[in-house]
Amino acid sequence: MSRPDRASAGGVAKAGRDRTARVRGLIHRLAYYGILVATALVMTLPLLWMVSTSLKADQHVLTMPPQFFPRPLVIDSYARLLELFPIARMFCNSLFVATVTMLGQLLTSSMAAYAFARMRFRGSNGVFLFYLATLMIPFQVTITPLFILMRFFGWIDTYQGLILPGIFSAFGTFLMRQYFLSIPRELEEAAFMDGASHWTVYWRIVLPLARPALGTLAVFAFMQSWNAFLWPLFIVRHPEMMTLPVGLATLHGRWLTQWNLVMAGSVITVIPMIVVFILAQRHFVRGIVLSGLKG
Amino acid sequence: MAGERGLRKFLWVILFLLPNLAGLLVFSIAPILASLVLTLFEWDLLTPPEFVGAGNLQRLLADRDFWAALGHTLYFIVGYIPLVMLLGLAVAIALNRRVRGVIVFRATTFFPVVSAWVAVALLWKWIFNPRFGPLNYLLSMIGLEGPAWLFDPHWAMPAIVLTSVWKDIGFVMIMFLAGLQAIPDEYYEAAALDGASDWRKFIHITLPLLGPTGFFVLAISLINSFQVFDQVWVMTGGGPAGATSVLVELIVKNAFSYSRMGYASMLSWALFILVFLVTMVQFRLQKRWVPDV
Repeated sequence: MSRPDRASAGGVAKAGRDRTARVRGLIHRLAYYGILVATALVMTLPLLWMVSTSLKADQHVLTMPPQFFPRPLVIDSYARLLELFPIARMFCNSLFVATVTMLGQLLTSSMAAYAFARMRFRGSNGVFLFYLATLMIPFQVTITPLFILMRFFGWIDTYQGLILPGIFSAFGTFLMRQYFLSIPRELEEAAFMDGASHWTVYWRIVLPLARPALGTLAVFAFMQSWNAFLWPLFIVRHPEMMTLPVGLATLHGRWLTQWNLVMAGSVITVIPMIVVFILAQRHFVRGIVLSGLKG
Repeated sequence: MAGERGLRKFLWVILFLLPNLAGLLVFSIAPILASLVLTLFEWDLLTPPEFVGAGNLQRLLADRDFWAALGHTLYFIVGYIPLVMLLGLAVAIALNRRVRGVIVFRATTFFPVVSAWVAVALLWKWIFNPRFGPLNYLLSMIGLEGPAWLFDPHWAMPAIVLTSVWKDIGFVMIMFLAGLQAIPDEYYEAAALDGASDWRKFIHITLPLLGPTGFFVLAISLINSFQVFDQVWVMTGGGPAGATSVLVELIVKNAFSYSRMGYASMLSWALFILVFLVTMVQFRLQKRWVPDV
């Protein structure tokens, strides 16, 4: 597909034919860039519209024709949002929940994966198959009993209620196990000879070598938790305990036509993830390609 | 001696496996089993659970809301899957070139994928706003009168489909891009020597070799789209007039608004069976269609 047309023109081309080919190539290239730019516009204009709306004064939000460039450019909606709505608290909740979920997944998944990849024990294949089987069951199947369980524990509106169900990941274990299996064992064997324990080998040798897989799992665990909506919607009632997505939905319910406020909240929710993505692009791409994992 | 070593080894296994396994048992496995038991009961969480046996199943089969939600979910799938796969493939092909700036284009396609669904859904609800939204304004500039979108039972689902396609194009694109880049250059070079046109190269090399990727993308997208929820909940809440009510939204309403825990579990098992069937068909067909890679 990426071969230039020159190759197919081929043969002994006369000067005239050569020029037509060049013009054709130019047209092709223009058309190609045209398509690229059009695609990029379709993908980015809505997000820019989000930012633009969030920078409008109240009286310029509902206007016809819509203003794409707000005049004047104001940050009132952000200030009002901070003042009238616990958005700062929600931001901290999201950050805390996503960070703890990510760290918990990294630790428990990699430990279990170490057991599966490095310790032969009776029934290990059976337990691992069991892990794989749980991957097939959609989260929605567990949600009603999980909610009842959380109520029973008294964990509605708590951080443990928000965090714990997201920490123990069969998928993370699977991902880490596959990576561990690809790491050669020579270093570990030498360490065992020197009397190292399993913990030392896991913590000092295997984990450092598994950094790429840990990075991939980390960005996906963080993203899933940061963007999660269904579970927080179930488990949280009080605005002070809401994460950003649930808070946003509430915000919209309260100020239905104040799109500048709603879009300001959306910007606050979206920007951190886009920054994480730009910093860790490679990990996102690898995770998706390996597993079809999505946010 | 051997017994002691066996015991020590067993303790190490427990130490490494237990945190994850115990958590999984409490927060996944137990709820899955409980959900199965719950389908036999009706429980509003206030009065003691009442055993209804197959009552929930009978109710499900006779429930118009369930069949409507199933229909809407399938409608969503039929609109969403072909669009997102074709456009994702097209963008992947366009971006599979080593030209300047292509990295930036790939990244921008990916922004919606990493954004929270709630924020994206709110954004598009605003874009689709029939009176003040930019979309109908753009349509009016080319002389079209846009519909009421989310307020119109006929246009609400197409609007949700478009939003979902926009959000997921980057996801599909990345997988196809990986598939495209795995095709060895030699194949194209050989075809070029034989004088094959770009189109023939696409039909005879690219498409067949993309088969496994396409199949994988299809399966994942299908499973995900049976679980469509966030965008529906935020953009329409299942309306207008129930026109966009989907399966997961029905589960949430039964558990939340009507406090019917048993029936909500029944619905979620119906969802599981659908997803399970897709997975099984995928396994079967994968063996037949996809050449060994």
